[in-house]
Amino acid sequence: MSPFAIGYFGALIGASSLAAWSGRREALVGAFLLLVVSAFAGIVWGGAALRWITLVVALGAAAVGLAYSFRAFLAAVLPRDAARAIRSAPLTASFGLLTILAYIVTAVFAPAIAPFGESQIVGGAFAPPDDRMLLGGDQLGRDLFSRIVYGARNTVGIAFVTTVLTFLLGGALGLLAATVGGWVDQLLSRLVDVLMAIPQLIFALLLLTIFGTEVVTLILVIAVLDSTRVYRLSRAVAVNIVVMDYIEAAKLRGETLWWLITREILPNATAPLIAEFGLRFCFVFLTIAGLSFLGLGIQPPTADWGSMVRDNAQLISFGEVTPLIPAAAIALLTVAVNFVVDWMLQRSSGLKD
Amino acid sequence: MSVWSLLAKRLGLGILTLFAVSLLIFGAVEALPGDIAQQVLGQTATPDALAALRREMGLDRPAVLRYVDWLVGAAQGEFGVSMANRRPVADMIGPRLLNTLFLASVAAAIAVPLSIGLGVMAALWRGTTFDRTANVATLTSISSPEFFLGYILILFLAVQNPVFPSISNINPTMSFGDRLYRTMLPALTLTLVVTAHMMRMTRAAIINLLASPYIEMARLKGMPPAIVILRHALPNALAPIINVVAINLAYLITGVVLVEVVFVYPGVGQLLVDSVSRRDFPVVQACCLIFAATYVLLNLSADVLAILSNPRLRRPKT
Repeated sequence: MSPFAIGYFGALIGASSLAAWSGRREALVGAFLLLVVSAFAGIVWGGAALRWITLVVALGAAAVGLAYSFRAFLAAVLPRDAARAIRSAPLTASFGLLTILAYIVTAVFAPAIAPFGESQIVGGAFAPPDDRMLLGGDQLGRDLFSRIVYGARNTVGIAFVTTVLTFLLGGALGLLAATVGGWVDQLLSRLVDVLMAIPQLIFALLLLTIFGTEVVTLILVIAVLDSTRVYRLSRAVAVNIVVMDYIEAAKLRGETLWWLITREILPNATAPLIAEFGLRFCFVFLTIAGLSFLGLGIQPPTADWGSMVRDNAQLISFGEVTPLIPAAAIALLTVAVNFVVDWMLQRSSGLKD
Repeated sequence: MSVWSLLAKRLGLGILTLFAVSLLIFGAVEALPGDIAQQVLGQTATPDALAALRREMGLDRPAVLRYVDWLVGAAQGEFGVSMANRRPVADMIGPRLLNTLFLASVAAAIAVPLSIGLGVMAALWRGTTFDRTANVATLTSISSPEFFLGYILILFLAVQNPVFPSISNINPTMSFGDRLYRTMLPALTLTLVVTAHMMRMTRAAIINLLASPYIEMARLKGMPPAIVILRHALPNALAPIINVVAINLAYLITGVVLVEVVFVYPGVGQLLVDSVSRRDFPVVQACCLIFAATYVLLNLSADVLAILSNPRLRRPKT
């Protein structure tokens, strides 16, 4: 046994004993399960597996620590009401907020962070990582790290624009259908039913075949297809609000349709719609990434995470991890948004269960 | 309303939806600027060549007639001729459809029992470490693009520990075991995605159910927990669980496209993606129609099963 393995198991046994002695049930279960798993992994796959487990656990611990201190920091900095809400937030939500913030900073300051230009050829194709190119080169010899940084701007930016468009379209039509009712509601609702009867990715593929794969087309196609979900939600929320007495009062006052929707209905529908915005963003983001991965989304030479995975995928069969980094960046952002949405849904529904 | 009239209504709606979907798929291509012949031959084509191609593809006939022809053909398994290689579309899709169904069935066979079991466990032990770990794990799995999960499995199970092959090149001459072995990685990827969805939905459905008054009543009168679950919760949970399974099987359809590309699996999804980049309209239309019809039928059967398994509808008050 190597000194590393001895130290590893020693630390784990120490941690479980400590947890058992101080009566921390969950810590004990966690540490002991980890011990069993690592003993198994160590026997079957040897020391390398132990190093992987250490890495994963250390990353997890770092994330927890970062989330914990970020929550404390926010609670200290923000005004009192917001601070109270933040203090009761789960660690996952604070981790999500921190991650989203990091992505925004990366996207905004991309040119300052990236050492090279977006499509600047720096070295040989698939050049190995060195001091100059942190993660090595891609299939054309462009710096992979710089392209990942620029990808934050392109991929996330396009997904964000699409989501905003989705919301304007679906939200406006949904509120309109609920407020006006009658044949407008029937027409829109049946149209949405038919659009939703075709799996979204499949329909997007059909439309992209027809209209071509420019970025504008991509944004419009995804926005229209995804707005059906927003329509359903905003209509369902608004239908319950429209029957309220204050709406009746406003109608009797002779308020216009615009006033009814923006002043009476929308303020009471914001909570579910904001949570839905987060979820929609995740869906749109994953759809665009999927289409780009298929080569039908964002087109080269624009740096984009989905197509970067596709272009460098052959490296994976040599045991390289670098092609997976853009994919991991997609997953991390989606997880972060989901964490925050989870927290917001729990707050707005008052569910503690 | 009796069960049968509800069923008839739902079936009628399903057929209507299928028609609307086929109309949409056909109409979308009709909405093409110019027409297919113009798209294929480009702007520089001579009028003679255009006219010849139009006649060959039947484009000189009215759209309504062509739609009826297409629909009748599709119902009989005929989808016209591919524009890329002049082969009948049905011949291209047929064997691939079997492969895709095989992949989806393997994934479903693993995912359905696993996720329902885990979902019920998470609902019963909610708030525990198990539940919270499962929550974070499933959320991570849902948030990851399918190709990310696929490549991670390739990295760990095909490259670093060569357990399964990374490319699933199956063909009809292989034995069942061999095909299963080669399909394992794509099936596992799909399982990861679908299980996460299904488990969360099962958990939510069961928790919803456990909060209902009759469960509380059963508990309060001192029934053992196992009996409460078996006698009172499960019969009522059947409808939501069937719904969850059907929704996720429908979800498999979309997932299959990306996963097939990652593993170079010879299925319909791969064909669809290839045809989209070649702009081979008849093939794209046929693939879309097949995927959409499967999706509509799965949703339809979910509703039908939900109606049939609802105790209140099965035994109407007389």
